[in-house]
Amino acid sequence: MTDMAQPMTSIHQSDFSRARLRRRYARERNFKIMSVSALGLTGIFLVILLGSIVLNGWSGFLGTELRLEVTYSDEHIDVENPANGNFRMIILDALRERFPEATERREQRALLGIVSNQGIYDVREALLDNPSLAGGSLELWIPAATEVDMLNKGYVDRSAPEELRLIDDRTIAWVDAFDEAGDLATVFNWTFLVSGDSREPELAGVGGAVLGSFWILLVTFVVSFPTGVGAAVFMEEFAPKRRWVDVIEVNINNLAAVPSIVFGLLGLAVFLNVMHLPRSAPVVGGLTLALMTLPTIIITTRAALKGIPPSIKDAALSIGASPVQVVSHHLLPLAMPRILTGAIIGMARALGESAPLLMVGMVAFVVDLPSGPTDAATALPVQVFLWADSPERGFVEKTSAAIMVLLVFLIAMNGLAVYLRQRFEIRW
Amino acid sequence: MVESKDTPDAPCVKMRTRRLKLWYGDKQALAGIDLDVPEHQVTALIGPSGCGKTTFLKCLNRMTDTIEGVTTEGRVTLDEVDIRDRSVDVVQLRARVGMVFQKPNPFPKTVYDNIAYGPRIHGLAANRRELDDIVESSLRRAGLWEEVSGRLGDLATGMSGGQQQRLCIARSIAVAPEVILMDEPCSALDPISTARIEELIDELRANYTIIIVTHNLQQAARVSQMTAFFHLGRLIEVNGTAELFQSPTESMTEDYITGRFG
Repeated sequence: MTDMAQPMTSIHQSDFSRARLRRRYARERNFKIMSVSALGLTGIFLVILLGSIVLNGWSGFLGTELRLEVTYSDEHIDVENPANGNFRMIILDALRERFPEATERREQRALLGIVSNQGIYDVREALLDNPSLAGGSLELWIPAATEVDMLNKGYVDRSAPEELRLIDDRTIAWVDAFDEAGDLATVFNWTFLVSGDSREPELAGVGGAVLGSFWILLVTFVVSFPTGVGAAVFMEEFAPKRRWVDVIEVNINNLAAVPSIVFGLLGLAVFLNVMHLPRSAPVVGGLTLALMTLPTIIITTRAALKGIPPSIKDAALSIGASPVQVVSHHLLPLAMPRILTGAIIGMARALGESAPLLMVGMVAFVVDLPSGPTDAATALPVQVFLWADSPERGFVEKTSAAIMVLLVFLIAMNGLAVYLRQRFEIRW
Repeated sequence: MVESKDTPDAPCVKMRTRRLKLWYGDKQALAGIDLDVPEHQVTALIGPSGCGKTTFLKCLNRMTDTIEGVTTEGRVTLDEVDIRDRSVDVVQLRARVGMVFQKPNPFPKTVYDNIAYGPRIHGLAANRRELDDIVESSLRRAGLWEEVSGRLGDLATGMSGGQQQRLCIARSIAVAPEVILMDEPCSALDPISTARIEELIDELRANYTIIIVTHNLQQAARVSQMTAFFHLGRLIEVNGTAELFQSPTESMTEDYITGRFG
């Protein structure tokens, strides 16, 4: 009984209590260590992933060019019709002038092989732009072939035996001669950003894939955003809360988790085989991805509408707003930042999706830039897949460079989503 | 309404309920309420929590329609027309019977847009000038004009609780209602804001019929002319406020107002 008379604070100063306190501190410290190491591990993985992509890919944005003094001699040019000249011979002449020792036919073919096929078109364009050049000569920077590009970027091991090397000793000597004369330059490869796919790594670009992805996303957004928001508004605000709404809700949540390849098969069956829409076209890819994005948009829109305090709805109803006015004047504008955030995240997922696009034929080799949603096109992730599958050494860096372009778009979209949320969301 | 029948002793009845019953699912919340609400008076509804005061209030502008699983029965009339009739448009009804809620709920818009919203959707103003006039007069009637006239473009959600509640009153006045329902409008406010709103209610009585739910018996005594005592979904007693508080006829009313339960 005397214990009871002790002041109450004493129990919190006993040895037992101090031991408990130490254990609590130890537990808190352990928890902190675990959290920090989990975060650190994530960071390390991210650095490894991004690091390997950037290390492999940065050189994909660079190209090698050679300076040639080309002469538009009369023997190769038809003055009446300059477009029809033999420009391959013009380039060969320029190269032969530099390396007179190459006399054999085989040697000359090898010599011509150090410049890209694009060179022929560049020489032709230069003449068409300025027909007065006929008979005269011109200094031109011409893209080098991919082997020369690889050599210049240091991807070719000069000490390896010649027969195991991508490029033989004779060609290395020619390239070094260009380099010593200051006629070899490493430049930013605009071709990579603006042109379509190509068999030649030095001419292949992501421009076509970026445009294709743009058209696909446009179709996806136009189809899935109004449909998804409309469906969500109806389910949340107008549908009587009966069992069938629950059934639909379960199905929508289920759809959000369905593997994307299944949507691809659906797109193949419905859009191509039944509706006969053009194969490989962004309109089909977009519709397929719209099906995939729809559940995400419905779910986020419903969550956004649920997040608005019911008092706002009561306030609008009590001054005589009709249900449609309540939705269009109050609920949708207030929910819009979160709806857009969800939609953008859904679109970012669609941008990174390749499997469904493979099923609707968007895996084709497309050289031309798509000018509309019905042109044949490919998409960025599919382009990555195609290049990763190519045997040429030159496509390795292109693959990583294309991934970098894709990541830039993903970061931009997710950044926009975060910005919209921070900037416009009203906190209650 | 026929004005000639109106005498000071027997003001005409603005709203009337007869055998009004309401269920939330299987649970009965109102067990047949007969109440006459006199025009241009303040009628206070008092009673312990869960007695059906707020539910009853929501029946008067059919806000009960928005609650899932509610079924109602009986008659509710506004100017002798049954508001539960199919022919009555609920949107117009709510323009005639406005409501102020327990917690101030301004729209997250500017002060001006909060007031102007109602007149806009009901087409009460032909042009910007008329709308400006409605906004100003509504704010004046709610006693808020002096405080906010310089910052009509500010967000309403940034004002103090008392100002927000007066803004909500101004917002319901702006659509020119005939009846204003108030659901414990001062329960979230400090005594000074409460006093301002009570003054306001007394001023508004001249133009509107007011029905107020309150837990504060002193408030009921101060602002109302009629008081109705609810208990467990039943209307136990209704009388002039002075009579009800001084000489309640029912023992339950007496127990409640003297603080023996509730």
